[in-house]
Amino acid sequence: MAKVLMKGNEATGKAAILAGCKFFAGYPITPQNEVPEYLSRELPLAGGTFVQAESEVAAINMLYGAGSAGARCMTSSSSPGIALKQEGIGYCVFGEVPCVINSVSRGGPALGTIQPSQQDYNQATRGGANGDYHIPVLAPASIQEAVDAIKEAFEIADFYRTPVMVLQDGLIGQMMEPVDFDKPVKKREIPPKSEWALGYGKGNPHIIEGIVIDAPACEQKNLRFFKEKYEVMEANEVRYEEYMMDDAEYAFVAYGSSSRICKTAIKTLRDKGIKIGLIRPKTLWPFPQVPFQNKNIKLFIDVEMNMGQMVPDVALACNDKNKVKFFGRCGGMIPSPEEVVAAAEKIIGGAE
Amino acid sequence: MYLDDKRVRIISGHYGSGKTEFAVNYVTNLKKLSKNKVAISDMDIVNVYFRSREKKDELIKQGIEVFDSSIGSSADLPAIPKEMLVPFVDKEYDYVVDLGGNEVGTIVLRRFREHIDISEVDFFMVVNVFRPDTQTVDAIIEQKERLETTSGFKITGFINNTNLVRETSAEDLLYGDKLLKEASEKTGVPIKYTSYVKEVVKDMTPEIISKLSGDVIPLKYYMREVWM
Repeated sequence: MAKVLMKGNEATGKAAILAGCKFFAGYPITPQNEVPEYLSRELPLAGGTFVQAESEVAAINMLYGAGSAGARCMTSSSSPGIALKQEGIGYCVFGEVPCVINSVSRGGPALGTIQPSQQDYNQATRGGANGDYHIPVLAPASIQEAVDAIKEAFEIADFYRTPVMVLQDGLIGQMMEPVDFDKPVKKREIPPKSEWALGYGKGNPHIIEGIVIDAPACEQKNLRFFKEKYEVMEANEVRYEEYMMDDAEYAFVAYGSSSRICKTAIKTLRDKGIKIGLIRPKTLWPFPQVPFQNKNIKLFIDVEMNMGQMVPDVALACNDKNKVKFFGRCGGMIPSPEEVVAAAEKIIGGAE
Repeated sequence: MYLDDKRVRIISGHYGSGKTEFAVNYVTNLKKLSKNKVAISDMDIVNVYFRSREKKDELIKQGIEVFDSSIGSSADLPAIPKEMLVPFVDKEYDYVVDLGGNEVGTIVLRRFREHIDISEVDFFMVVNVFRPDTQTVDAIIEQKERLETTSGFKITGFINNTNLVRETSAEDLLYGDKLLKEASEKTGVPIKYTSYVKEVVKDMTPEIISKLSGDVIPLKYYMREVWM
């Protein structure tokens, strides 16, 4: 198909429909409002159901219901709205309910600002629900990647029976770019829903539950998740891009919008003779490990639109916290390529 | 071209058609030519990012008066200030009005309707045929009618702003021109301008420019950062 020009949020809505999403529940919040706006119009035409929920909490729990019944389902929100959904995400994890959570970050904490940020890295990768758990977090850096990530998120969710988060910053949500909706994503062999979903039990009812009263059984369920889900995800679901890393002595580490700013900064720095590249995690959990084993790299310069939330992950991955430096803006401010160049020069200058 | 348009230029169009980028380029070019006071109003109370008010300081430096439609930077409450009325009635002004997208974006104009002399107004519709809702001649005409019904103005000119951002080719503009010509024939609305970003459309030639309709004007990106 020919490319069309779309806003990230609209494209996210369309990608969900193309991925077979049959149920969407959400509550309005900037800067993701075009997602529910688009789906309220288009999802019913595609045979799906759109619900404007009475709250973010209601929306995630509607997913718990729709996903339990075997429907591909999605909710979408932004930072404080995602904060409200945390308890429900935990229930979807422990109940093994596949669902997709689209998170379009703005500056925080609290209501903060409607301007874009990446201050929800910890919220996405550590989560705010209780207990031991992980959910896969995909971090697109373009509208095309957002479309592909949404489609893939549904596949991952069904394959592992887990919530999957697509973490976009407000810029990706609001930006316009050309996009091709026919680009295929990896299809998986998904266990038939009739094996577990509600309504297929035929006298031997399937049960979806977030409670295991018996402690040994509760531990066993936790252990099973780590062995059968998280270890497998860490082995098979890691995605990253390496940009100009072949001869690099320094590496930016960035995802989403800030990775694009870094790419522009790299051109300037290379013109000045600094051999710098970019490691761009496309999954924030599981976090890439391999590109950080590169022994040629003297310093990893983490660039984010937050106060350095990814730094611990980079330090663990490269196993040398002295090699990890940080530059960022927060609270809805976007660093310019010039600022990133200046910060990198200062950091590198100090190292030599 | 810029000076031949009516004193009040209202820029409307489909959501995401490139109204703001066009309006900001237009007003800066107009300022260089006009002997009048030049003002731009950002009446977009729909969008949250990429609004012309973000370029307020840059425009003011060029001697352009800028009115924006939000109260305070922290609350970002949409509001239409009374000052926006002045250039509608004060004939000392050349006025550019940047509306929000779609027919809903035109609703704010109603508040000023009784003060506007329609003979002084050009009401332009910016079109990018690669946007999903204006990909066919029929869809373009439907969008035109919706804009007219809701705003209470007649469209006086199409603007061919067909683009795929940094992937735009001269061929794309010719394709947009073809569809808009057909829409123009069916509706009687002329194509007033064709606009393209010079640094992006590298294969543009004088020959292709001569084939495109209306005044063909190169734009520069004001709203889109270099890394976007």
